[in-house]
Amino acid sequence: MSKISTSESSASHLVSYPKFIWRMLVLATEGNWLFYAWMIGLTAVALVGLNAWAVQVTEGMGVTNMTDHVSWGLYIANFTFMVGLAAGGVMMVIPAYLYHDEDMHDIVIIGELLAIAAIFMCIGFVVVDLGRPDRFWHMIPGIGKFHFPVSMLTWDVIVLNGYLLINLHICGYLLYNRYRGIAPNPRWYIPFVFISIAWAISIHTVTAFLYQGLGGRPFWNTALLAPRFLTSAFVSGPAFIILALEVIRYLSKYKVGDGAIKILVNIMRVTILINLLMLVSEVFTEFYTGGSHTASAKYLYFGLHGYNALVPWIWTSVGLTIVAAILLLRPKITQCPVMLITACVLAFVGIWIEKGMGLIIPGFIPNTLHEIVEYLPNGLEWRVSAGIWAAGLIIYTLAIRVAMPIFTGEVSLKKDTHV
Amino acid sequence: MSDPNTTESTNGISRRTALKGVGATLGAAAFAKAIAPIASWAKDQSVDEFLQNHYRELSPEQMQKVIERIEAETKEDYGADVTIKDAKPQAGVKFAYALNLSICVGCRKCAKACHIENNHDRPSGNSYIRVLEMKKGSLDMEHGRADYSGPVPKSDSFYMPVQCQQCDNPPCVDVCPVEATWKEKDGIVAVDYNWCIGCRYCEAACPYHARRFNWTKPQVPKVEITPVQGYLSNRMRPQGVMEKCTFCMHRTREGKLPACLEACPTGARVFGNILDPESEIRWVLENKRVFVLKEELGTKPSFYYFFDE
Repeated sequence: MSKISTSESSASHLVSYPKFIWRMLVLATEGNWLFYAWMIGLTAVALVGLNAWAVQVTEGMGVTNMTDHVSWGLYIANFTFMVGLAAGGVMMVIPAYLYHDEDMHDIVIIGELLAIAAIFMCIGFVVVDLGRPDRFWHMIPGIGKFHFPVSMLTWDVIVLNGYLLINLHICGYLLYNRYRGIAPNPRWYIPFVFISIAWAISIHTVTAFLYQGLGGRPFWNTALLAPRFLTSAFVSGPAFIILALEVIRYLSKYKVGDGAIKILVNIMRVTILINLLMLVSEVFTEFYTGGSHTASAKYLYFGLHGYNALVPWIWTSVGLTIVAAILLLRPKITQCPVMLITACVLAFVGIWIEKGMGLIIPGFIPNTLHEIVEYLPNGLEWRVSAGIWAAGLIIYTLAIRVAMPIFTGEVSLKKDTHV
Repeated sequence: MSDPNTTESTNGISRRTALKGVGATLGAAAFAKAIAPIASWAKDQSVDEFLQNHYRELSPEQMQKVIERIEAETKEDYGADVTIKDAKPQAGVKFAYALNLSICVGCRKCAKACHIENNHDRPSGNSYIRVLEMKKGSLDMEHGRADYSGPVPKSDSFYMPVQCQQCDNPPCVDVCPVEATWKEKDGIVAVDYNWCIGCRYCEAACPYHARRFNWTKPQVPKVEITPVQGYLSNRMRPQGVMEKCTFCMHRTREGKLPACLEACPTGARVFGNILDPESEIRWVLENKRVFVLKEELGTKPSFYYFFDE
C-alpha cells in the first residue's frame, strides 16, 4: 500500500471519487431482510415525526405542551443530550490516537460516525424548536445577522457545525483512501483527529454555557454544569458505542476485539462514578444551603407545593445510574454480554433523563416570578422527537453499513474494477 | 450483510432493482404526504416577508413598503383597517417607570389595559404585566402568587405588578443569536417581529418573566383591534415570534402615557423622561427610597418600585 505519484492520483480522483460515492450509494441500499426491515421501520417513524413537525409549523407551537413558563421542553432536552452523545464519540478517538490502541484503531470510525449522526440529530432538535424555521437564514453570517461573540448560541452554531465538518472530513478521507487501497497520508487527517478531540470537549462545554450563563435561572447558574455535562457525555457516548459494537458483533461478520470494549468499559467505570459524585455535590450544595435558590431542586427531587411531575423521572434516572455503576464495577462484566448490555442501556437511559427532562425542565420551574407551571411533553412532541431519533439512526446505520466493508477491505476500488 | 450482487443472477438483480424503485417511489410519496401541511402554510407566507431585511437595515422607502404590506395583511387576516407608524426615539429622552407598592390594590386593570392596547391574543388572555399578590413582611417572590382571586386588596397582602424592566444591561439582548432584539436610544428593548427566529433563548434568559412567545397566530376580533399601531410595539404579531412590553412605544414616543398607567385607578404608576430634571419620575427617584427587582443580577432595570410610608 505505497503512495502512488501525485500526478497520477490527481488525475484518477476524477474517476475514482465518483466511483467511491456511487459504491457507497449502492452499499447503502443493499442488505439482508433484517436490514431492510430495520430501515423501513425507521423511515416510517421518521415520516410520522416529519408530519407532526409539519403540523406544528402550520398551527404554531401552541400544539406542544410548552408555555411561556416552561418555554423549552422535550426538544431542547434531547438536543442537550445529543450534544453529549456527539462529544462522547471522542472516547474512542482518544485511546486510538493518543494511546495507539490497536483494537480501538480498527473500529474508531464507529465513534466518529456516531458523532456525525448525533450532530445531525442536534441540528434537527434545534430546528424543530424554532418558531420560525423559515427564517433560519437570519443566522447565517454574512447574509443574516450573526450575533457573535456575545450570544452563546452563535458559539454553539460554530462548534457544532465545525465538529460535523471535522468528522465528515476524517471519515470521508479515511474511507476514500481505504477504498482506493492507499495508505492515508497522516498529514491530511492526524491534525484533524487532534483538533476533533479538543473540539469534542468544546461542543459540550459551549452547550453547557448556554444555560450556565443565565443569572436569572439559579438551577443552571452553576460552574459545575459544564464539567458535569462532559462527564455524563463520557458515560452515554461509550455506552451507546458498546451497544453498537455488540450489535455489529452479532449481526455481521466483522470482528470487534474485546480490547476495545474493555477500554470503553474502563472509561465508563470512572466517568459514571465521577458523575454520581458531582450529583452528590450538587444536591448537597442545593439542600444544605437552602433558601429560594433551592426551589427548582426541591421541585425536581421531592416536589414543591404539591407539584411533583418530575419526581418519578429524576429518581428513575438516579436509580438507573446507580445500578449501572454497580454492574460496571463487577470485574467480569466484559465476559457477560447480557450484563454489559444491561448496564449500558441503564446508563444511557439514566443520562438521557438527567441531561434532558432532569436538567432543562426544572430550570423553568418555578419560573422567574416563582410561579409553578408544570410541563410534560405531549404526543406531538414525542412523535417529532422519535422522528429525529429515527432519522439519526438511519444516518448511523447507513454510515456503518457503508463504512465497515470499505474499512475492512471487503469492498475496494480494485475489486470493483475487476468485477 | 452479504453482498447480493455477487451471488444473485442477472434476473435477480433486476428484480431487486425494480423493488428498490418501488420502495423509493413509495417513500417519496409518503414523504410528500407527511410534509403536506407545510405546503398550505407556505401559501400564506409572502416572498417579500421572507426576504425582508432587519429593521435597522431598512431604508425609509423600504420601511414604507413594509408598513403598507403589513397593513394590507392585517386587513386581510383580521378585517381591520389599521395605521402602523414607526415612531423613533426622541433626542434627550430616556424612559423610566416607577410603581408605588403602598397604593397598588392588585385590581389588575393595568394588565387588562395592556391586553387590549397591545392587541394580545384573546383566547390566552395574554398580557405583558403579571401582578403578584405578596404576603406583607416579605419581598421574596416565592411568597407571592399571580393566580390570586377574590376581592382585593386583602389586608395581609400587598401587590406587585411586574412587566419588562427595560434593563440597561439586558440579558435577553445578549443571548439573541440574530440580533432580533436590541436596546433603543430611549432605553426601550425592542423586538423585530419580522426578524425573530423564535428560538426563545431570550425568554429563558429574562429574570423577570417579561417575554412572551406567540405560540399561535394571535386571535383578536376585528372590532376589538386597537387601530393605531406601532411597528415595534402593538401591531399584530406573526405566529412563532417573541414579543414584550415596549412601554407602549407607539404612545409614549408621541408624548402620551402608557396604557397601563392610564388604566391605574390609584395612581400607583409614575412614568416619564429620566433625563428631564423637572419630571415626576425624577422627583420620585430623588425623594423616595426606590429599589429594583433582582438587583444582584446586575441587569440595571429602568423600572423602580417604592413604598410611600
